[in-house]
Amino acid sequence: MLIAKLAFRNLMGAGIRTWLNVFVLSLAFVMIIWVQGFIQGMNKYAMQATIDYEAGGGQFWHKDYDPYDPLTFEDSHAPLSPALAELISRGAATPILVTSGAIFPEGRIQSVVLRGIDPEQQILQLPSAYLSKEDDDVTPALIGAQMAKQTKLRVGDEVTIRWRDVHGTFDANDVRIVQIMNVSAPSVDVGQIWLPLEGLREMLRTPQEASLVVLAEDVSDVPSGNHTWVHRDLNFLLKEITELVRMKSGSSNILYGLLLFMGLLAIFDTQVLAIWRRRKEIGTFMALGMERVKVIGLFTLEGAMHGFLALVVGAIYGIPVLALTFAKGLPMPAMQADFGIALPQSLYPSYGLRLLVGTTLLVLIAVTIVSFLPASKIARLKPTDALRGKTS
Amino acid sequence: MNNGALITAENLVKQYPIGGRKFTALNDVNLTVQKGEFLGLVGPSGSGKTTLLNIIGALDYPTSGSAIVIGTDTKELSHRESARLRNEHLGFIFQTYNLLPVYTVFENVEFPLLLLGMDTEDRKKAVMGILDRVGLADRAASRPSQLSGGESQRVAVARAMVKKPKVVLADEPTANLDAENSHNVLQMMAKLNEEFQSTFIFATHDEKVIGYLRRKITLNDGRVAEDIETTPQYN
Ligand SMILES: Nc1ncnc2c1ncn2[C@@H]1O[C@H](COP(=O)(O)OP(=O)(O)OP(=O)(O)O)[C@@H](O)[C@H]1O
Ligand SMILES: [Mg+2]
Repeated sequence: MLIAKLAFRNLMGAGIRTWLNVFVLSLAFVMIIWVQGFIQGMNKYAMQATIDYEAGGGQFWHKDYDPYDPLTFEDSHAPLSPALAELISRGAATPILVTSGAIFPEGRIQSVVLRGIDPEQQILQLPSAYLSKEDDDVTPALIGAQMAKQTKLRVGDEVTIRWRDVHGTFDANDVRIVQIMNVSAPSVDVGQIWLPLEGLREMLRTPQEASLVVLAEDVSDVPSGNHTWVHRDLNFLLKEITELVRMKSGSSNILYGLLLFMGLLAIFDTQVLAIWRRRKEIGTFMALGMERVKVIGLFTLEGAMHGFLALVVGAIYGIPVLALTFAKGLPMPAMQADFGIALPQSLYPSYGLRLLVGTTLLVLIAVTIVSFLPASKIARLKPTDALRGKTS
Repeated sequence: MNNGALITAENLVKQYPIGGRKFTALNDVNLTVQKGEFLGLVGPSGSGKTTLLNIIGALDYPTSGSAIVIGTDTKELSHRESARLRNEHLGFIFQTYNLLPVYTVFENVEFPLLLLGMDTEDRKKAVMGILDRVGLADRAASRPSQLSGGESQRVAVARAMVKKPKVVLADEPTANLDAENSHNVLQMMAKLNEEFQSTFIFATHDEKVIGYLRRKITLNDGRVAEDIETTPQYN
């Protein structure tokens, strides 16, 4: 208590220097939480979007299905296993048939992925119901906003698609865009054309077949896979997103890492200087009967208090800023397609308790260490030398 | 203990390594100090006054021989124990006052009592009592930077005396003071010596200080050249 009071007084006595150190450190503190909040928010959003629009509660893949290799699509479909068929029949899963094809918007050729989905499905938040509107004999098709922008297709437009059926025979037909959907998961948007499942099955001549089966989120009795159908859980399906977010956050890590480093360096420097300049004071403390470890403790605490003050100062301007971005979100420019993961129009940060407590501890511990290192030198300082203002 | 002596130095030697050689700062010093003495270590610059004072104050240790202070051989003390000895029984007064700059006068004087763990009420009483004695009760809230040299040294005396220590060690306490302030501070110390029966040991070559001493130990090249009783000129 005595030491804390003394340390606080000394710190205040150092005036502007203290506040400069504190400010830089608080900046690092707020930045870490702010940026990490966004990264976590982004991560959370991207994961949720992927679950909502694509992954569901996990999937079963045909053993040859590889989403990154469209060449496999033609061979990676099979009739459903009885267990999967049972899940589908009670609405706990929905099958999706995937194949590669091409479209010819404005006479150009563009390869696309054709996806057949049950218009009645309730598992993914895709507006598949639009695909049931078969007022005439043109097959309805659903595309995402990014895809619409790329191909300049609009609702009501008809476009020719070409595909190969199960026997390898090319076939072509026109489809009509019945809806352009705003989904924030690029993987169901860019390069994708959604068709009614039964329609695609007919086109491919693969009745009853699917490439993958999406599970509902609350299926408790997930059947085990067999040699045709492989279970892919959410960890597997979301791994890529998590990796991507981590990569994207790399550059921001460097930014606030640098800030934190600067803050710590300033405090280290202040400590070294203080201990050199205040040898006489240290000697006086010893002469008055203060134990050496307490003197070290005092100087360490004095430095470490920068950390506490930084937390307080950071909170003063940080909380309003964080609260504001929390309420308003950060508008995301139209960079969705380039970004590679789901991004909303406005990004909302997510400040978890772990982030707040973790950052606070990180700052406090780091500051204590850089404060202790110079202070520990006092252990080797002889009281007589200290009193004479000499170092060792 | 040695005839109830408060401090005993026996065959005290202090050597400092200089380069590869040894420099002998104190050479076979023997002396005993009784309770309530008012004595001075005098002698030319470099004769070893400060060195001896530091050893008595357990801030430094003899190379050989022993310094027995209030019943304990300082060589046997751990860091913690010597800090405790200083805190409980020794008061220091320095040439440069050494007040803690960020503390008020009150807090400077209070500091040794805080280390002693005295409770708030007693602390307050003791601090105000001693500040009154040195005539600075009205400056309790001032900072050291707002004090004159004489006032600063009086605060330092108050800080050394507030715990009524058995021994007060004062190294050139008047070197930075003018004649009037020197006498002022010395008279105060003489009075406190009488009242509290604290033993005062000075290291000095100031004639004014010497004029107050009742015993004068002259050091020369690290040896005791003379150890005599004197009659104080002032009082
Ligand atoms: N830490 C040290 N290392 C080396 N030599 C030292 C050290 N401390 C003191 N000395 C030497 O020991 C001798 C005695 O020093 P001391 O400070 O005790 O003298 P002093 O009598 O107090 O002198 P002054 O009147 O100038 O204060 C001096 O020659 C000094 O140079
Ligand atoms: Mg000296």
